[in-house]
Amino acid sequence: MKSSTVSGLLTVFQKELADFFTSWRFLILFLIVFAVGIVAIVIDAQYIRQEVFEAQFVFLKLFTTSGQAVPLFVWFIAFFVPIVGIMLGFDTINSERNSGTMSRLLSQPIYRDAVINGKFLAGVVTIAIMLTGLVLFVSGIGLRMIGIPPTAEEAVRLMSFLIVSVIYGAFWLGIAMLFSVFFRRVATSALASIAVWLFGGFLFLFPLLVQLEQERFVLAIMLVSPITLFWQVTTLLLDPTARTLGQMVQSGVRVPTSALSVGQSLLTVWPYLMSIIMLTVICFAISYIKFMRTEIRST
Amino acid sequence: MSEQPVIETIDLTKTYDGNTVVDRLNLRVEEGEIFGFLGPNGAGKTTTILMLLGLTEPASGIARICGYNSTREPLKVKRISGYVPEKVGFYEDLTTRYNLAYTARLNGLSEELVMKRVGEALDIVGLSERANDRVATLSRGMKQRLAIADVLVKTPKVAFLDEPTTGIDPKGINEMLDLIAMIAKERRMTVIMSSHQLHQVQRICSRVGMIAEGRMVFDGQLDQLEREALGGGRFKIEVQLVETTSVLVDCIKRIDGVVGVERSGELLLITCREDLRPQIAKAIVDNDGLLVSMKIQSYALEDIYMRYFK
Repeated sequence: MKSSTVSGLLTVFQKELADFFTSWRFLILFLIVFAVGIVAIVIDAQYIRQEVFEAQFVFLKLFTTSGQAVPLFVWFIAFFVPIVGIMLGFDTINSERNSGTMSRLLSQPIYRDAVINGKFLAGVVTIAIMLTGLVLFVSGIGLRMIGIPPTAEEAVRLMSFLIVSVIYGAFWLGIAMLFSVFFRRVATSALASIAVWLFGGFLFLFPLLVQLEQERFVLAIMLVSPITLFWQVTTLLLDPTARTLGQMVQSGVRVPTSALSVGQSLLTVWPYLMSIIMLTVICFAISYIKFMRTEIRST
Repeated sequence: MSEQPVIETIDLTKTYDGNTVVDRLNLRVEEGEIFGFLGPNGAGKTTTILMLLGLTEPASGIARICGYNSTREPLKVKRISGYVPEKVGFYEDLTTRYNLAYTARLNGLSEELVMKRVGEALDIVGLSERANDRVATLSRGMKQRLAIADVLVKTPKVAFLDEPTTGIDPKGINEMLDLIAMIAKERRMTVIMSSHQLHQVQRICSRVGMIAEGRMVFDGQLDQLEREALGGGRFKIEVQLVETTSVLVDCIKRIDGVVGVERSGELLLITCREDLRPQIAKAIVDNDGLLVSMKIQSYALEDIYMRYFK
């Protein structure tokens, strides 16, 4: 019994992973993400050359600085990773239903959850491989451009950033899969996922769009968006001198402060990270339950 | 219990939102039989198959395959039964071979066995040459044959074929039916084939079950069904002559077992208690009649439905 659980899951996982890596969709995403990533890092590096000669954490600055207050690379990850997750997940379940492969698949001796688990895992692994490749590639370019190797601490921070990005990607994959379980039409699930992404982006940009007196209120609204949560986590991880949005609200302005240690950064980041993980788990749990309960019907 | 049937349902019932789709269905299929599952669209054929496969839970009643309860032990049931859904689909962008290999792997076969079984299955359905082509390039008939190969890969004891002939041309249909009959015989596989085309079922099935509105209205041999349905247990023979004379008609009427003769132009419709074709032919020849054709009437399933649900 146990062996059939594992082997079914593994078989689905392998097939889905192979599908992702051989699809046009993935190739296009991969090229776009790499192209934009390179552009972001090159621009960031230009600013580092000009401005931050004496700074600490020079290598990390590569990912967070671009002269203005806008760290281009993190911006880019925050907005593009959702697209990657959505693109990989929006048709996972409903396309199989529509093409008639689902009933054939489920009539094989595997547990039903092997299908949804295998697909989700394959998506997460695809995102992980893509992002790892991207960060390593971009670090390589950065290293050549600024000529300063990362310190051990910087490497640890970069690793944590990578892990958080993968979790963030998993969240968007989960959202897309959720819609693909609920909606029969592929176009509907794609549009619904993109709507959530736009809405998340809107909440994230909320303070720019409306001027409100109550900053706490604004903050609460912003933090509903997973994009804000991710932004918060990554800026804290990549910029040891950064403070949380809450602290910024309290102190009013962003004052340069002393750097936090890796441990302290992780501690500060923890609640935000947990929120992202919880959202991911909730999305997946709902899709899982719905998928397991959906009856196979004739016609 | 003398011998365990391969397929058995006891008072199997299914309701969707208050509508009873399958109503206390009792079915028994023995090993090696090709069972034709007949019925109009929406009669509950597919739902019954889904319940037997453990893909849908019955509202009440029991479905068993080779003694395994389909609801409680779906994995065991799925291991020994193959299923071709009505709207069968494959991964269009993957090759024929890969699609079959995926099924084989899901059945936990070793990699060696996967390739062996896939090769064999493709051979049997005549798709070896298309093994490395994408499924998208196959014709409808080929895809249906691929679906049969997909079942063969698992070497099941029972195969459920849900309308395996929809959407293919007449030649393809015959080839498909012969293929099914051949496989069932060679592999001693029990086959349940659902269809709403009587003549297709006629060609290969040893026994027929007819279902309408979720109830089994007939279960038995095919010729029996035709006679019971239309002739009230009688045969109807249609005779075409070059010229019909009343002498000849009287002569036929006198044959022992003939119940009635209807005459319409050069056509005679003879109702009798048994197959009297030789006697009728003799009577015609004896009266110097010129026989053009003579056949036992077979009926479209629709006629039989009409008969059952007037």
